[in-house]
Parts: sequence; C-alpha cells; structure tokens
Amino acid sequence: MNFPILSSLILLPSIGSIFLFFSKSNDSKNLAIKYIALFTSIVNFLISIYLLIVFDSSTPAFQFVEDKIWLEGFINYKVGIDGISILFIILTTFISLLCIISVNNSVKTRLREFLIAILIMESFMIGVFCSLDLLIFYLFFEAGLIPMFLIIGIWGGPKRVYSAFKFFLYTLLGSVLMLVAIISIYWISGTTDIVKLYEEGIDPKYQNLLWLAFFSSFAVKTPMWPVHTWLPDAHVEAPTVGSVLLAAILLKMAGYGFIRFSLGLFPIASEIFTPLIYILSLVAIIFTSLIALMQEDMKKLIAYSSVAHMGYVTLGIFTLQQQGIEGSILQMISHGLVSAALFLCVGVIYDRMHSRMISSYGGIVSIIPKYSVFFMIFTLAALGLPGTLGFVSEFLILMGAFIDNFLVAVIASIGVILGAAYMLWLYKRVVFGELTNSDLAKMNDLNSSEYFILISLAIPILFFGFYPDPIINIIEVSVKNLIETYNLNLISK
Amino acid sequence: MEISILILPLVASIISGLFGKYIGDKYSGYITSILISISAILSIVVFYQVIFNQYENNIVIATWINSGSLAVNWSMKIDPLSAVMLVVVSLVSSLVHVYSIGYMHHDPHKPRFMSYLSLFTFSMLTLVTSDNLIQLFFGWEGVGVCSYFLIGFWFKRESANSAAIKAFIVNRVGDFGLAIGIFLIFYFFGTVNYSEVFALIPTIVDQEFSFLGLEVKKIDLICLLLFIGAMGKSAQIFLHTWLPDAMEGPTPVSALIHAATMVTAGVFLVVRCSPIYEYSPVILNFITIVGMTTAFFAATVALVQTDIKKIIAYSTCSQLGYMFFAAGVGAYNVAMFHLFTHAFFKALLFLGSGSVIHAFKDEQNINNMGGVLKKLPYTYILMIIGTLALTGFPFLSGFYSKDAIIEFAYLKGNTVGYYAAGIGIFTAFLTSIYSWRLIFKTFHGDYNNKKIKIEETHESPIIMLLPLALLAIGAIFAGISFKELFMGQGSENLFWGNSIKFLNPLSADHPPFWFIVLTPTLILLAIPIAYYLFVRNKQIPIKIADINKPLHNFLVNKWYFDELYEVLFVKPSKIVGLFLWKFCDVKIIDGFGPDGISLFIKKCSIKANKFQSGFIYQYAFVMLLGFSVLLTFLIIK
Repeated sequence: MNFPILSSLILLPSIGSIFLFFSKSNDSKNLAIKYIALFTSIVNFLISIYLLIVFDSSTPAFQFVEDKIWLEGFINYKVGIDGISILFIILTTFISLLCIISVNNSVKTRLREFLIAILIMESFMIGVFCSLDLLIFYLFFEAGLIPMFLIIGIWGGPKRVYSAFKFFLYTLLGSVLMLVAIISIYWISGTTDIVKLYEEGIDPKYQNLLWLAFFSSFAVKTPMWPVHTWLPDAHVEAPTVGSVLLAAILLKMAGYGFIRFSLGLFPIASEIFTPLIYILSLVAIIFTSLIALMQEDMKKLIAYSSVAHMGYVTLGIFTLQQQGIEGSILQMISHGLVSAALFLCVGVIYDRMHSRMISSYGGIVSIIPKYSVFFMIFTLAALGLPGTLGFVSEFLILMGAFIDNFLVAVIASIGVILGAAYMLWLYKRVVFGELTNSDLAKMNDLNSSEYFILISLAIPILFFGFYPDPIINIIEVSVKNLIETYNLNLISK
Repeated sequence: MEISILILPLVASIISGLFGKYIGDKYSGYITSILISISAILSIVVFYQVIFNQYENNIVIATWINSGSLAVNWSMKIDPLSAVMLVVVSLVSSLVHVYSIGYMHHDPHKPRFMSYLSLFTFSMLTLVTSDNLIQLFFGWEGVGVCSYFLIGFWFKRESANSAAIKAFIVNRVGDFGLAIGIFLIFYFFGTVNYSEVFALIPTIVDQEFSFLGLEVKKIDLICLLLFIGAMGKSAQIFLHTWLPDAMEGPTPVSALIHAATMVTAGVFLVVRCSPIYEYSPVILNFITIVGMTTAFFAATVALVQTDIKKIIAYSTCSQLGYMFFAAGVGAYNVAMFHLFTHAFFKALLFLGSGSVIHAFKDEQNINNMGGVLKKLPYTYILMIIGTLALTGFPFLSGFYSKDAIIEFAYLKGNTVGYYAAGIGIFTAFLTSIYSWRLIFKTFHGDYNNKKIKIEETHESPIIMLLPLALLAIGAIFAGISFKELFMGQGSENLFWGNSIKFLNPLSADHPPFWFIVLTPTLILLAIPIAYYLFVRNKQIPIKIADINKPLHNFLVNKWYFDELYEVLFVKPSKIVGLFLWKFCDVKIIDGFGPDGISLFIKKCSIKANKFQSGFIYQYAFVMLLGFSVLLTFLIIK
C-alpha cells in the first residue's frame, strides 16, 4: 500500500478545519463555512467507504499499515486497521457528516468555531480507531476530549461549566493511570507497538495492574457503573450535536479499547477480572434502567439508557464468545446510530420549544406526525425490537453470555423488559395523549435537513436489522482470530 | 406462491403506511383488503395442497444472522400445522380488513390503521411459518408491537396508551422467558432450527442441569421457559392482565389480534414444540393446571363484567385456557382444532359486538343496552350463532372442539386429567351463563340507554355484515367439516404427520355415555337459567351480588391482580429507581466523587489561603516556630 490512505483520513478533517479557520464568516448565512465543512466531511466519508470496498475481510491481519519513525527508538507513528476498526471508522465519518448537516438547526452562535471543533474531533476519533501504537492511541484518545470539552463548555446549557469540568475530571483521572500503564509497558517490553506486543505478549506478573490501569480509563469512558455520573450531566448541557458525537462515537472508543487492548494485550488478567466486568455490567443494565424510568428530562433519560446499553457491550466483550463479541460490536454500531437518532429527535423538539422536560410535551403526534413516526422507529430500535439492529446485537450478546454464564445472562435479560418500559413510557408521555400545552400547536414538522438526517439513520438501523450479514462478515475473521489468540495465550502461560 | 402469502401483507402495509396520504382513505382500505384477501386465497390453496397432496416444504428466503455457529435464515416452513395457521390468520385477517372499511369509516387515521393491521398480519405469518426459533421470536415481538400500536390507536385516550404499554411490557415478561428458553436450546444443541433441535431432543431426556444450585432436568427447564413465553402471549393466568385492558383498541383489532390470531400464538408454540413437550410430563401437567385455572378464573370474572368487550375478552382468555389444557393432556391436535374453530366464532362475536357498539354510538356497557333485537336483527342473529358456537351448542363448531378437549382430559386417566375434565365441564356451564347474559342484556328486555333514542340505533352497513356472515358460516360448519381431518381416527399420521409428535398414541376409547351428554345438557340448561336471571327476574342477580358482597367485589375487581402487581412490581420499580438516582447517584457517587473531591479541595485551599494573611509578624512567627522545631530535632538527634 503506497498511498497513505489512513493518514489522509485522519488528516483531511484537520486540513478542512484549517481552511475554516482562515475563511471569513462575514456573509450572514455562513454559507462558505458550511460548504467547506460539508465538503470535507463528505469527502472523508467517501474515502472511508472506498476503504471498505478495498478492505479484505478474509484476513485478520492489519491492513493499510503505515509505519513511520516519529521519535527515534521511542515512538513510531503506526496506523492500520482490521475488521473491527474499519466499522468504527465508518461510523465516525458517517455520524460526523450528519452532525455537520444538522448543525444549522441547533447552533446559533460561533458556527465557524463549532465546525472546527467537530472536524478536529473527527480527526482524533479516526486516529483512535486506527492507531497501532499505544502512545499514538493515547494521544488521539485524550486529544479527542478537548473539542468535546469545548463543545460542552462553550455551546452548552446553563450549567455547562459544571458539566464540562465533571466530564473532564472523570475522564482525565482514568487517562492518567492509562498513561502510567503505557509507560510501564514500554519499560517492560521495550516497545509500544501493538502488533509486536500481540506477538510477544506481556509478562503475566504485570498484567493485573496494567489491566486495571487501562480499565480505569475505559470504564470512565464507557461509562460503566459507578463512574457514569458525568454522562447524564454532559448530555443534558451539551448542544444536540455534542450529545450525538458523545453518545455515538466517544463512548465507542472505550468499548473498542476493551476489545483491542484489554483482551488483546492482557488475556490472563482479563480472565481474572471477568467477574468484575460482569457484575458492573449487570449493575449498569439493571440500576441505570431503573433510574432511566424515573427521569423527567428527556436527554437524561436517554443518557441513562446509554449507560445500560453500554452495559450490554462490556458484558458481551468479556464473554469471549464469538456471538458475544460480535454482538457487542454490533451493539456499539447500533447504539451509535440509535442514540444519535434519539438525541437528534430530542434536539428537533428542543429547537422548537426550548424545553427538554417530558412534562412540557404531550399529544404532539397530531401536530408533527412525520417526526412522531421517526421517533417511534428509534424508540423501538432502542428497546431492541426484532427487525432492528438493536435486536440482533442484544440477542447475540445474551446468547454469548448464556454460553459463558447462565445466571449473568438471565439477569441481563431483565434489562430488556425495563428497556421497553422506560422507552415506551417516554414516548407515550411526549408524543401521545391530549394536547395540553397550547404552545405546542405552533410547532412545525421536520424540515428537509432533519428529515434527511433521520432517514439516513433509520435506513441502516432497519436494513441491518433484517440483514446484518454484511457487518458480521467484516468482523467475523478478526473476532475469531482475537478469540483464538486469547485462548492460546491463556493456555501457553 | 408461498412467499407471496408473506409478502403481500407487508406490501399492503407499506403502501397504506407510506402512501396512505396520497391514495386516500378509501383506496387504502380497498388495496389492503384486496392484497390480504389474495394472501388468504393463496393460503387456502396451500392448505388444500397440504391436505390432499401431503405437500410439505421448507423455503429459505434469505440468510438473517450468521454468527459463529449460529445460523438463522428467513424461511417459510409449510407443513400441516403452519398451513392451518396460515388459513386461520389470513382468512380472519382479510375479513377484519373488509369489516374495518366500514367500522373505521369516520376515523381520520384510517390508512394508518389499515397499515398496522396488515403489518400485524405479516408478523403473524412470519411467526407461524418460521422454521426456527429466532424467526418465531421476530414474529412474536412483531405481533406484540403491532398490538401495541393498535391498542393505543386512539392515542388521545390516556387509558388506551396505558393499556398499550401494559400489553407490551407484560408480553415482554413472557418474551423474557421465551428468549431464555431459546438461549438454552442454543446452548444445549448449538442450533435453533426446529427440525435439528427436535432430532436432538431424545438425546438429552435424562440429562440434568444445575440452575441456582438446583438440579433440574434440561428438558423441563426448556419447556417451562418456552411456556412462560406462551403464557404471556396467550394471556394465561398471572400474565393475563393485559388482555382485558387491550380492549381499548378499536373492535376489529380485538377480533383479529385479541381473539383469533395473536393470542393463540402461545398455543401454537406449545403445539409446534410438541416434540420437546412430549418428553416432559411434569411441564405438561403444569400446562394443564395453568390452562384449567385460567379457563375457570376468566369465566368467573366474565360473569360480572359489564363492558361488552371485556366479557368477550375474558371469554377468550378462558377459551385459551381450554386450548392449553388440551395441549397439556397431549391432545395437541384437539388444541389446534379448538384454536381453529375458536378463531371463527370469537372473531364473529367481537365483530358482532363491534356492530352493537357502532349502533349505540360507542356505548360499551351492557347495562345501558337492551331491547334492540328488532332494530339490529342481523347482528342479533349473527351474535346468537357466535354464542351458540362458543358455548358448544350441539353440532356447531364449538361443540366438537370443546367437548373433545374435555373428553381427552377425562381419557388421560390421571388425577390431573380428571380434575381438568371436571373444571372443564363446570367452566363450560359458566361460559354458557355469561355468554347468554351478554346476549340477553344487550338485545332483550327494556331499552336502557339514556343518551341516544332507540330510533337512532341502526343496523350496520353491508360491508360490516358481510364478514360477519362469512364468519358465521365458519362458526356453524368449521366443526363438523374439519372434525375428521383434525382429530379423526388416525389423523395423527394421516394429516398431522411429522408436524406434531405424539409419544404415546392418543386414546381411541370413548368416555361413558353419561359423560358425553353431560356437557351439552348443562349448556342447554344454562340458556333458560340465564333467561330467567337476566330478563325475567333481574332482581335475583342483584340480590345474589348483595348477599355475597366480598365475592362479588373479588370478581368485579378481577381477583385483584392489577392491584397486586401495582404493589409488587410497578411501585417498587419506581421507588427503587428514584432511590438509585437521588441517593446512590447524586448523594453517594457524586457526593463522594467529583463534587466531594472538588469541595474538599476548595475547603483545603480556603484554609491554606488563611496562611497568606499579609502580616509580617505572622510569617515571622511561623518561621520562628519552624526554625525552633528544626533545631530541637537536630539537637535531639
């Protein structure tokens, strides 16, 4: 591979943001700015699709690898992708594109800066998913927080500063430990190259501590119970687009990290700590579902449901079954699309009514029927109705969990009942019923950009719900290889 | 051809759902009805093929989920069992579609309604034609969500919305059992395909499985979990609470979903899995007990309800109980036969009650009706036919199927069997009483409605009566025409073939003569009794209710199940949710976590601030203090 396609994917949004930085935003509609951002993200999305076409899903090896010396003998800039990471890259470019299209509806001030933040974040996120060097990974992983921090802190709601700081403190705390762990891996193994580390393995006597350090970072970002409390606050205060990016992509970095690093680098420790993950996942699924039931703020409700959904992800990953891990990856994709869609749905009515409270709505189905249809589709997808991607993923996760541990799977299945309860109750209170608030009658139905965005989220959710094979085919070999290496490592040590 | 049976309803749903606005109310009704009718005709063709040519097929439409060793296809399995269901579902559905054109005439959201009905039909057909458990689960939840849409169709009514959610969530509780059953099957056999699973069942018959420290037989656990799913869908006792509430939906919905098709999915599941259930006598007995308890319980509640639709809903619940106890005693074919006949007469009763409700302009309380038999002659006659068929009047369809259930229970020859037969006979008597009560209070006696004048009540249009008439034909003749096919001598092999497994051949004996005539006699006796109680001497039922106040209240409040669940599940979930949120998350995690730490640091820095007072003498004092401590330390050392 001669052309550095991954680097161009990473760099392109940043280049676009540089253009944005130097462009003048003097015309009233900011047309030039919008087109630059839009163009950049479309091109990037197309490149990622091209990547998918030329990607060879029959081999578990990393492809499109670029390896350049950055600091002699210390850090190499090494990127490459396998079947697992390519999906997340496409998710990132796709969601970023939709965010840029939808930005008009929710962001009224400092549009140029906002778009710059989104593009830079896109760069970093893609970087996270294709890094093959721990330090590079760490840099992208942490740098991605900065635009998010700014998005919440500048364009957020009234309590934005508190939320931004809470978000930053939580995530930074975990990250510091991960940095320490990465440095010690360098001291132990003499390299931070992931491929080399996979081959050589890490001395079992260090694995437990290193695993815990990585875990502390990933757990915060997933977020797992009990370090999840930053998420509802961050979502509530973030602007719609911020919430979408946060839920759809940022949370997925941790799930990806668990698969790539915790399982890949520390199999022995993973085996030891599996019960811990199981317990925390179950607590997340059950507790946060119950909490979601009682929320009065729509965004908070969806945020708590995210915690529950990510609980399934962590559960599935550590089952170490083909079905479980594939289910987890599908669940991350599904949650990426569904939560993005749900936050956008909340955004649509928030833009019109400026309220996120469930109680200020009711009976809007007769006012904005198109919106209600989409909201219903995403509600059903969130509760894992068969025919949506959410069903396939949850079903596979539970199936995998079942093979590994009967009781865990049974308890996790209860979450499916609760999920139906809080989502349908939310929908009923917002959309159905008598129209009591007369202001609601003035609402307009979806405008063309909202319509376009929601439909482009609904199509993959439904399509892959009926026919998930294309996704499963991409990840299958990589997941199989992951499990095989994991089991080999367990036996050999 | 087979695939188009499945696809046409989906096409109908999409046309009416997405383009309903453009094609208009009228055409969306016609288009969906025509497409579903074609599907029904094709189903009948398939059914004939199955009967006369022993046609069987397993069509793979596409792959669905392929993960590791799990391979699931979209498929269509045609065998006698699914052929029967195809006919029941598509036929009743097409009639209900036609009826809805008239019934929903004034509704502003008619295309949406038709779209949901068609979507429901599609889901139900995928459920019954599946060749694996996961597609079954797809259909299972699919019909659940359509039922949710349709119960809550009149979205402005608070009660309709709550009923819709309740239906979905109670069903999810059942689905939870079903899903775990499916996981367990996959875990044990590595496949979810019926034929593969059924072939492997004999190999695990005696194996045990440790569950929460208990050693249980694998087969019993699988059967129990699948049955929990069936209980939810078929509204058996403990998971029945959603069905009466579901009557909030428009009446055609009640006829299609909550009488003829969806609620019978549970029975279908048990019959479909007969190759598993046959090896688990324990769970079969359990099914019998649950079935007969439900039959009895629902019949007692139906005695005192005043809402015309709720009476029929409880009646459905009760009849489903009969089907289950037939399956429980191993007479799966009889269960299917009752399912088949029940679909006709119960849909007839519901649509008939819809016609009554239509005539009274949305009045549902039977105390506010009466005396309209001359005004609604056709509806009256059709309702009478439905009632006769339901109660098992000789030679109508219910007579053959219900009596056969009671007889097979008796022939089972064990305690559970005798007990079930006894309860079955008594429940049949109650069925007759409450059914005639409904007829007499609705059509006979004095006119009791204060809101509209008797002159304003009117017979329904022909488009509504026509489906009723067709169903009435079914209610009269379905029993006598199909009795031999479904449960004649040797039908196990001749008709059902491999689709139902009978480990022990069904008893070919006949119960004693007195037993055979007992049920019909009681049923006939019930008619004059009901007439006397509800037309001639109306004071007696009131007096009986007054004397037995606690019992009456117990029945009126449906054995207090709703109240019990409110206390046991709904309130605790809310309280726990609130506690976890306000206490655990906010007070403990945030309080000791980020908020606590930042507060602590803030306090420390405020304290530290005080050192920087700016007064030289304070600094000098501290320096002196430090210096002397250091000096002391050095000297001592």
